Amino acid sequence: MADHSDLTQLIFGRLSWEAIPFHEPILLVTFIGVVLGGITVLGAITYFKLWGPLWRDWVCSIDHKKIGIMYIILGIIMLLRGFADALMMRAQQAIAFGDQAGFLPPHHYDQVFTAHGVIMIFFVAMPLVVGLMNYVVPLQIGARDVAFPFLNNFSFWMTASGAALVMMSLFVGEFARTGWLAYPPLSGLAYSPDVGVDYYIWSLQISGLGTLLSGVNLIVTIVKMRAPGMTLMKMPVFTWTSLCTNVLIVAAFPVLTAVLALLSMDRYVGTNFFTNDLGGNPMMYVNLIWIWGHPEVYILVLPVFGIFSEVVSTFSGKRLFGYASMVYATVVITILSYLVWLHHFFTMGSGASVNSFFGITTMIISIPTGAKIFNWLFTMYRGRIRYEVPMLWTVGFMVTFVIGGMTGVLLAVPPADFVLHNSLFLIAHFHNVIIGGVLFGLMAGINFWFPKAFGYKLDPFWGKCSFWFWQIGFFFAFMPLYVLGLMGVTRRMSHFEDPSLQIWFIVAAFGAGLIALGIGSFLIQLVVSYLRREQLRDVTGDPWGGRTLEWSTSSPPPDYNFAFTPRIHEGDAWWDMKQRDYERPTSGFIAIHMPKNTGAGFILAVLAAICGFGLIWHMWWLVIGAFAALLLTTIVHTFNYKRDYHIPADEVVRSENARTQMLAGHV
Amino acid sequence: MPVHRFLRALVLVLSASVLAGCNTVVLNPSGDIAAQQGRLVVISTLLMLLIIVPVIALTLFFAWRYRASNKSATYKPDWDHSTQLELVIWAAPLLIIIALGALTWISTHVLDPFRPLARIDAQRPIPAETKPLVVEVVALDWKWLFLYPEQGIATVNELAAPVDRPITFKITASSVMNAFYVPALAGMIYAMPGMETKLHAVINKPGVYEGFSANYSGAGFSHMRFKFHGLDEAGFDAWVKSNREQGSPLSREAYMALERPSEREPVRRYASVADGLYPAILNRCVEAGRMCINQMMAIDEAGGAGRAGLSEAAITTVPRGEKGLPARTLANEMCTPENPNGVRIVAQAETNPQ
Repeated sequence: MADHSDLTQLIFGRLSWEAIPFHEPILLVTFIGVVLGGITVLGAITYFKLWGPLWRDWVCSIDHKKIGIMYIILGIIMLLRGFADALMMRAQQAIAFGDQAGFLPPHHYDQVFTAHGVIMIFFVAMPLVVGLMNYVVPLQIGARDVAFPFLNNFSFWMTASGAALVMMSLFVGEFARTGWLAYPPLSGLAYSPDVGVDYYIWSLQISGLGTLLSGVNLIVTIVKMRAPGMTLMKMPVFTWTSLCTNVLIVAAFPVLTAVLALLSMDRYVGTNFFTNDLGGNPMMYVNLIWIWGHPEVYILVLPVFGIFSEVVSTFSGKRLFGYASMVYATVVITILSYLVWLHHFFTMGSGASVNSFFGITTMIISIPTGAKIFNWLFTMYRGRIRYEVPMLWTVGFMVTFVIGGMTGVLLAVPPADFVLHNSLFLIAHFHNVIIGGVLFGLMAGINFWFPKAFGYKLDPFWGKCSFWFWQIGFFFAFMPLYVLGLMGVTRRMSHFEDPSLQIWFIVAAFGAGLIALGIGSFLIQLVVSYLRREQLRDVTGDPWGGRTLEWSTSSPPPDYNFAFTPRIHEGDAWWDMKQRDYERPTSGFIAIHMPKNTGAGFILAVLAAICGFGLIWHMWWLVIGAFAALLLTTIVHTFNYKRDYHIPADEVVRSENARTQMLAGHV
Repeated sequence: MPVHRFLRALVLVLSASVLAGCNTVVLNPSGDIAAQQGRLVVISTLLMLLIIVPVIALTLFFAWRYRASNKSATYKPDWDHSTQLELVIWAAPLLIIIALGALTWISTHVLDPFRPLARIDAQRPIPAETKPLVVEVVALDWKWLFLYPEQGIATVNELAAPVDRPITFKITASSVMNAFYVPALAGMIYAMPGMETKLHAVINKPGVYEGFSANYSGAGFSHMRFKFHGLDEAGFDAWVKSNREQGSPLSREAYMALERPSEREPVRRYASVADGLYPAILNRCVEAGRMCINQMMAIDEAGGAGRAGLSEAAITTVPRGEKGLPARTLANEMCTPENPNGVRIVAQAETNPQ
C-alpha cells in the first residue's frame, strides 16, 4: 500500500501549500489586486461578448499586424511589473541605512532585482522590439505578411508563456535569487536548491525558442519577400537594422538555449558542467552566457537605431544622411558584437593580453556607432525639423545615449573596469544606454507608428509630458548612481552602513518617481487618445509625410496590406512615389491569397507552459503528459491542410473603394 | 611632457571639485595601483569628452536652429551625402580610439593583477631585497578569511598591512563566486572556488579603508564587509602580536565550522593556522578523506582512474546539514606519493599534533 506522503509527492512533486506566500503581505495584496483586476477584465470581455472575436481575430491570428500589436501589449504589461520592481528597489535603497533594515529583507530583495533584470530584458524590451519589427517590416518591404505566418503566431505565444511562468513565480513558489544571468555555482543545485532558478530556466527556454523562430522568420521575410525593384540597398534603414538584428538572434539564441540546458542538466540529472567539484567550471557558464548576452544587447539597440533613422529623416523633411554608411555601420556593429563578450568579466582574471584584445574590440564598436550619431546629426542639418513627439524622443536619445556610450568605452579599459566593475557606475552605464537608447527609441517608434496601426494619432500633449518626465527623471535617477560608483558602492546591496550615501539614493528614488509619472502619462496618453480618436483621426494613411512604403497604405492597413504589390524604383520608396505624382489604383482588383488563422500556436504554447510548470515542481507525470500532448498536437497540426484562403475580389474592391472615398472626403 | 603635466593638473582640479562634498574613493585612493587606475578613468573620460561635448552641443544647436518655425535657416531636403564629411565622421572617432587603444594595451599589461609590482608609488621603485607580504584570502559565506603564512596568523573580516610594503594576495573562495575589492588599495578580482587568482598592490598612506565583496553571492552579501588597516611598521607588528595573543588556533575543524553559512560575522583572530590549510581550502579537501582537486586533475590528465573512479568505494555522500540543501558527493582520498596508504588526512593530523 503506497504511503500517503509518497503518493502526494508523486502527484505534486515538490509543490505544497508552503509554496503559496500566505505570510507575505506585499505579495498577498498584489495577488488580491491581480485577482480583482483579472475579474474586471474577464467580466468586461464577457459582458461585451468579446470572447468569440478575441479568440478568432486575435489569439488565432497569423496576421503580422495583430501579432505585432499583441507583442507590444505584452511588453507594456510586463513593463508595469518590471518597473514596480524598480520602485521597490529604489525605495529599499533609499531607506535601509544603519539600524533601519528597510522593508525588503535580502530573501525578497534578491528576488526583486533578479526579476527586474529578467523581466525588463526578456519580457519588456524584447517583445517591444520584436513587436515593432513584426508590424512594420512586412509593410516596409511591400509584403502581405511574414514568410511563416503560423510560426509567427507560435513565437508570440511562446514568449507570452515564458512571461506567464515568470508572473506565476510571484504567487506559487519563488523566483531566482541570483541576478538576471544566474551565474553558477550560486545558481547550481547546491546553493539554489529551490524552484527559483528552475522558473528562470524554463521561462527563458520557452520564450527563447519563440524568439529564435521569430528571428528565422524575419530573415527569410526580408531576404525573399521584398517588393520587385527593392534591392538590398533600396530597403528602408529600419528593415536593414531588422535584418541585422535577426541575424544576431539566430546566431546568439542557440547559445543561450545550450547553456541553460547544461545548467538544467546539472540541476536535474547530476552532471557537473558548472559545479565546484568533480570537474565542473563555472567560468565556462560565464563565457557562454555572455557570448549570448552581448549580441542580445545589440539585438535590443539595433532596431531602435533603425527607428531613429526613420524618425529623423521624416521629421526633418530630408533624406537620411549617408544611407550607405549607415548600412555598413550596422553590418560592422553586427559582426563586431560577437568579438567583445569578455568585457563583461575582465575581473575574472584572464590575463592582460586577452583583456586588452577584448577591450580594444569593444572600443572599435564605438566607431560605427559614433558614425550613426553623426549621420543623424547631419540629417537634421539644413532640414526643417517638426517637433512631433517621436522627434522629441529622438533628440533626447542623441543627447542621453552618447553619455552612456562614453561610459561604456570607459568601462572597456580593463584597469578602469577593475575599479568600476559591478559598481553602481556600471548600473548607471547600462541603464543609460538601455533607457536613453532602447526605451526612448521604442517610445519614438510607438508614437510614430501608432496612427498606422490604429487609425488615429496619439495625443501629443500627454506624449510630451511622458517624454519630459522620462528625460528629467532618467537624469535624477541615474546620475547619482555614477557618483555612487565612483564612491566605491557596489551593486545588489539591500542594506548600507555609511549614512553619507543616503542623499544620493534619495535623489535616485525621486528620479524613479518622475519616471513613474512618465509611465503614467503614457498610459493616460493611450486612454485620452482613444477617447479623442475622432479629433486625432488619420484619414490619409500618411499623417507625418512619411518616406517609406508603410505610409502608402490606409490607417489601419487592410488585412492584405497592399491590393497590388508595388514596384520600387528608388530608396525612400513612398517619398519617391509621391514625387512622381503616383496615382493609387482604384480598379482592376483581383482575389488575394492569404494564410488562415489557427489556434494551434496558442495550444502548443499553453502545453509548453504546463510542461515547464511540471519541470519546475518535479511533477514528472505532468511533464510527460504535456510533452506527449505537444508532440501529438504538432503531428495533428501537420494534417491540417486548410491553411489558406482567398479574399474574394469584390471584398478587395469594397475595401479599396472605402479608402478612395475617405481620401476624397479629406481635402 | 607638458601635455602629460597639463592632464595631471586637470585631473587634480577635476578630482578636487568632485571631491567637494563626497568621498569619491575611486578617483582619490590611497594605494598606488588604485591611483593609476583612477587616473586612467579621468584621462579616458577627458579623451572621449573631446568628441562627446561637441556632439551634444551640435545636437542641441541643430535641434534649435533647424526647427521648422525658423524659416531663415537654409533648407536642403535632398542633401544626403558628403564624402569629406563621412571621412571626418569615421576618422575622428578612429583617432581617439587608436589613442585609447594604445593606452589600453599598455595600462592593461602594467596594471595586470597577476603582475608583481614594479614600484611603491610614482616616485619610488621597489627596493631590491623587498619581500612582499603574502596574504591568502578566502571568500566564505558571507565573511572573509585572511591567512598570513609569513606570520602564521589568520583573521576573519579584518585585514592589515604595513604601509609601502608590496602585498601579494592569493585569492580563492569556498562556495560561490565573490570578488575581493578594497577600492582605496587596488582594483578588484574575482574569488572563485577551486581556483586561485592573484592581486598585487601596495598601500601608500596609513588609514582605515573599506573592503567588501563586489560580486553578489547570496543572502548575506550586503554585510560581507571588512576593514583594511594600513599601518606603519611598528603598528603592523603590534597588530600581528595582538592576533597571536588574543587568537585561538585555526584547526581544520575550526575552519569547517567557519565555512558554514553565517552573516554579519564579527572580527575573529587566530593565533595559529593548521599546516597546509590554505592549499587544502584551495583544492577543496579540508574535510577528512576527501580527494584534493589537484590530485583529481592529475589523475584525469594521466588518463583517469578508469572503472575504479566509478565504483561506490570511490565516492562518499555527505549530508550538508542545512535544510533544503542536497547531500554533497565527495571523491574519496586515494593514495599519493606523500600518502602511500591512502590514509585519511584527519588520522594523520591526529597522530602528528602540531
